[in-house]
Amino acid sequence: MKILVATKRLVDHNVKIRVKADHSGVELDNVKMAMNPFDEIAVEEAVRLKEAGLASEVVAVSAGVAACQETLRAAMAVGADRGVLIETDAELQPLAVAKLFKALVEREHPMLVLLGKQAIDDDANQTGQMLAALLGWPQATFASKVTVGDGHVAVTREVDGGLETVEIPLPAVITTDLRLNTPRYAALPNIMKAKKKPLLTLTPTELGVDPMPRLRTLQVNPPAARAAGMRVASVADLVDQLKNHAKVI
Amino acid sequence: MRILVIAEHDHHSLKTATRHTLSAARQLGDDIEVLVAGNQCAPAAQAAAQLTGVRQVSVVDSPLYAEQDVENLAALLVEHIQRCGHRHVLVPATSFGKNLLPRVAAMLDVAQIADVVAVIDARTFVRPIYAGNALATVQSNDPILALTVRATAFAPVEDTSTPAAVVELATGPAVGRGRLLGRELTRSSRPALDSARVIVSGGRGLGSAEHYQQLLAPLADALNAALGASRAAVDAGFAANDSQVGQTGKIVAPQLYIAVGISGAIQHLAGMKDSKIIVAINKDEEAPIFQVADYGLVADLFDAVPQLTAAL
Repeated sequence: MKILVATKRLVDHNVKIRVKADHSGVELDNVKMAMNPFDEIAVEEAVRLKEAGLASEVVAVSAGVAACQETLRAAMAVGADRGVLIETDAELQPLAVAKLFKALVEREHPMLVLLGKQAIDDDANQTGQMLAALLGWPQATFASKVTVGDGHVAVTREVDGGLETVEIPLPAVITTDLRLNTPRYAALPNIMKAKKKPLLTLTPTELGVDPMPRLRTLQVNPPAARAAGMRVASVADLVDQLKNHAKVI
Repeated sequence: MRILVIAEHDHHSLKTATRHTLSAARQLGDDIEVLVAGNQCAPAAQAAAQLTGVRQVSVVDSPLYAEQDVENLAALLVEHIQRCGHRHVLVPATSFGKNLLPRVAAMLDVAQIADVVAVIDARTFVRPIYAGNALATVQSNDPILALTVRATAFAPVEDTSTPAAVVELATGPAVGRGRLLGRELTRSSRPALDSARVIVSGGRGLGSAEHYQQLLAPLADALNAALGASRAAVDAGFAANDSQVGQTGKIVAPQLYIAVGISGAIQHLAGMKDSKIIVAINKDEEAPIFQVADYGLVADLFDAVPQLTAAL
C-alpha cells in the first residue's frame, strides 16, 4: 500500500506573527518557517504504518514555492521515501491544493492520503475533505487513532463531545488531529540521507490544474486588544470584583 | 430560498450552534431555509421551525442520516443546493460543520470560508487566521458562498411564536461507505463548553488528573460551570481531549472564564480571549495569561481555588 502524505510550509508555530503595516497580509520576510505541526503528525503516522509493514512506500507532497523542498526533505528525514513538489509562486487556497493533490493521486495511485486536519496559518481545515470529495473517496477527519485492516481502515475521530470510531474502505483520505501520535525528531544521519532521496518537481500546468484563488483578501488586521485588566490581592478581592463590579456571579 | 442553514442536531433537539449560525444568516437576508437531515428527527425539525427568522424548514427523515454519515449528507446537500439555487450555505464551525461543508463546497466547485466571525456584505466576511492573531477580510465571487460560522461571534436567535412551515424532502442518494463502530461521548451533568455561561479551565499548573478533579470540579459545581483545559493539561492526561480550549480545540466565549494554572500560550488564548470576563489564577506573575485577564490573582492555586470555592 502506497501512502501519500501532504506537508505544508508555513510560519513556525513559536513565531509571534505581525500584521503588515499596509494591512495586505502577515509579515513573512525573515520569519522562521517550518512544517505545519499537524502535517508532522501525518508524516509520522505514515512512517509508522510503513515500519509496521502495512505500507510499502511513503510519498511526501507539498505545493508552493521552491523552498517547500525543505519541508519535503524534513519529511524524508523522518522516513518518507521520496518527495513531490508541486511548485508555484501563486497564492494557493484549499480548493486549488485539493485539485493539485487529486491530479497527483491520479498519477501515483496511493491507497491512503494523510493530511493534517488544518494548517496553522490559514486555519482553514478544508483541504483533506475537499480532496476526498474530488476523488469521490471516503474521508475520516480529526483522527486520533488509525488502524489499517484488509481493504479498510478504522479511524477514531475527535468530535465535539468525545470520540467516534468509523470504518471506511480504502482508498481513503484521513486528516490527523493532535493526539494521533508524537512525531519523532530526525536523527542527523537521516537528515543527511534525506538529501539523497528522490525529489520530483512538477508544476500545476503539468498536472492540468489552474490554481487561481477563489477568495480575495481585502485586508488583514490585528485583533482588537483586550483592555488592560487589574491585579487583585486576594480571593476576597476577586469575589468582590466579580460580584459587585463585573456582576458575572 | 436563497439562504440555506444546515442544522446541527441530535435528531431530538438542535445544537445551540445552529441558533448562532442562523443569527449570521439573518445578516445576509430573510429568505432563509433550515435543512434538518436526520432519522426520526421530527422534534429537531419542529425546534428549527420555532427559530426566529426561518421562512421554511426542510426535513429529510431517513435511517440514511441516523449517524450523520458525511458522504450521505454531502450528496443530499449538493443535490438540494443545485436544485434550489441557494446563494449562501451556512453551517456551524463545529466538528460536524468542518467535516461536512468542505466536502460539499468542493463537489460544487466553490471555495469555503471557514470560521466566519463577521458579515461585511453578501460576499465579504471576516475570519480569523493564525490562531486569531490576525483577522482577514475576504471576498468571494463564487456563485455559491459556503460558510462555516463561529458561534461565539454571533448571538443566538430566540424562538418565535409563529413557527415556520415544515416541508418534507425526498431522501438523497445512499452513497455512504462508512460504518460507525462506536461512540464514546463524554457524559457530564455539567453544561457543555460551547454553551456554558461560566467555564473553569485548568492547565499544567494543576499537576495531575486528581488535582484537576479535586480542585476544579467543586469550583465548577459552585458556579454551574463547564470544565475546560489547556492543551498541556490534556496532553498530560489531566482532562479529556474534548475539553481542550484553543486554536485546535474548542473556541469559547462565556460570560466568565476562570483560568487556573494556565500560562496562556497564544494557541490557548485563541480559544478564549473573546470571553466577557477573564480571571487568571497563577503563581507565575509573568505568565502571559495575565495580559488578557480582567482580574489576575498571583497566588498558589492549591490555596486560592479552595478559598474561591468556599467564598461562592
